[in-house]
Amino acid sequence: MIEIRDVAHRAGPARILSDITLDIPRGGVTALIGPNGAGKSTLLSLVARLEPLQQGRITVDGRDVGRTPTDRLARHLSILRQDTGLAARLTVRDLVGFGRYPHHKGRPGPADRAAIADAIAAFDLEPLADRFTDTLSGGQRQRALVAMTWAQGTDYVLLDEPLNNLDMAHARALMLRLRDMAATGRTVVVVLHEVNYAAAHADHVVAMKDGRVARTGPAAEVLTGATLSRLFDSPVEMAEIGGRSFALHHG
Amino acid sequence: MPARLVWIAAALALACAAFLGLGLRGDPGFALSLRAPRLAALLLVGAAIGCATVMFQTIAGNRILTPSIMGFDALFGLLQTGLVFALGGFGVATMAPQLRFALEAGLLMGGALLLFGTLLGGRRVDLHRMILTGIVCGVLFRSLSGFVARMIDPNEYAIVQGSSFARFNAVPIELIAIAALLSLLALAVAWRLRHRLDVMALGRDHAVSLGVDHRRTLMLALATIAALVSVSTALVGPVTFFGLLVSALAHLAMRDHRHAVLMPAAALIAGLVLVAGQTVIERLLGWSLTLSVIVEFAGGLLFLVLILRRPAP
Repeated sequence: MIEIRDVAHRAGPARILSDITLDIPRGGVTALIGPNGAGKSTLLSLVARLEPLQQGRITVDGRDVGRTPTDRLARHLSILRQDTGLAARLTVRDLVGFGRYPHHKGRPGPADRAAIADAIAAFDLEPLADRFTDTLSGGQRQRALVAMTWAQGTDYVLLDEPLNNLDMAHARALMLRLRDMAATGRTVVVVLHEVNYAAAHADHVVAMKDGRVARTGPAAEVLTGATLSRLFDSPVEMAEIGGRSFALHHG
Repeated sequence: MPARLVWIAAALALACAAFLGLGLRGDPGFALSLRAPRLAALLLVGAAIGCATVMFQTIAGNRILTPSIMGFDALFGLLQTGLVFALGGFGVATMAPQLRFALEAGLLMGGALLLFGTLLGGRRVDLHRMILTGIVCGVLFRSLSGFVARMIDPNEYAIVQGSSFARFNAVPIELIAIAALLSLLALAVAWRLRHRLDVMALGRDHAVSLGVDHRRTLMLALATIAALVSVSTALVGPVTFFGLLVSALAHLAMRDHRHAVLMPAAALIAGLVLVAGQTVIERLLGWSLTLSVIVEFAGGLLFLVLILRRPAP
């Protein structure tokens, strides 16, 4: 379980997060939704110690993220931020291979190579495996980065808008991979822009607005027309089509 | 071990043999006793500058920046002028070489840590701010040394000038042992950092997510770079574009992201350029050219090419 207690965060004079107290349950897919600027990405960065914690406390399965040695944490928790550039010029295989670094510290063994091959297969990257990352499209690079995070094999996987740049088929395939991951007992926390993906694939939803948690609970409870309309300040209707719920917010 | 690394090593061995063996006359033992320490110095400086530049470019996340371009050579110039100003030309010229080396290397290392630490220490590395800061620091150091130079005797200024350019022809032999010891220590640290540097090359967020202590590794790498660059600068003087040239050649030749390959390649290529260049100049051209001028010319051209050819980041 990820326990977040009394977390507040400022960037200069701007208050990004205030009084966040939240439990993200172990196992399943938890979606973070909310309007732009709600603080979803910042919260994720704080949980993954990418930003120093200014106030409050965050523990992952009892490990304090501020105190646990960063290399030990990397075997339990991985994060992929949105729009992270890649400074280095690498092949897709080498990039995915970096996901194993926390386990082998530079000396990959057979188990690491198997995990890399699995990740490449899981994300349809075989035809691209020997291409350099700077020759890929945005969506292909995004898949390679998610595959790297997958290969890290951590109990907790945090993804910040992983569907960016992905076409319909790959977005869906990615969400299905995340479900597979959750099915093996791992915990996936994902920031989603499109609430329909949350409706289709998430077990839990955390709705955030203005740096606070607005609602949290099982997906079916949080994703109601009234809640979403208030969350986004824009009319949203929920509808059942073919036994699945959809948020109608366009048109 | 990649085949290309072996080829480069073989070429370097050949160049070393040529440097030691070509044009030997009279007592070979005596000639070799003169040439061997100079060869050692060239190899040492090459390894130090090559590794330091590869490391620096990795942690800066940019293949155009080098410690020198970030104002390091201007700092060296300021230090030279400052020394002559404080101690007088006679004082500097008669100072024990070991003492002068220790003073220079120590001050340079402190200065380098301050300079690069300020430039790279921030949590977000903003490249444009960094380049601008480097340039501003460079101008500041140059203006300061220009100011101090106006206050010292013109004859004394000649001593400053003499030591402000790289001198591969006359390496102070008495300093090689201590410089070798310091450089080898720093190179050992660099070698230990090789896997972490691979991860650092991905950028800060990925490095943290993969469990590399970013800040600690950054500082350790900076200290190593400062040591390598300071020792080699104190030994032969500043070389502005040499590191850039060597690092670009290493990346081009190896096409590999692993520092376990890149750093040895850069070290060997740097040694090859220095030893082969010096051999050609000494044995074939009869000392009519200065190696540092040629290297800087080629490196400067490459710098322009890299800037003009570089796609938008």
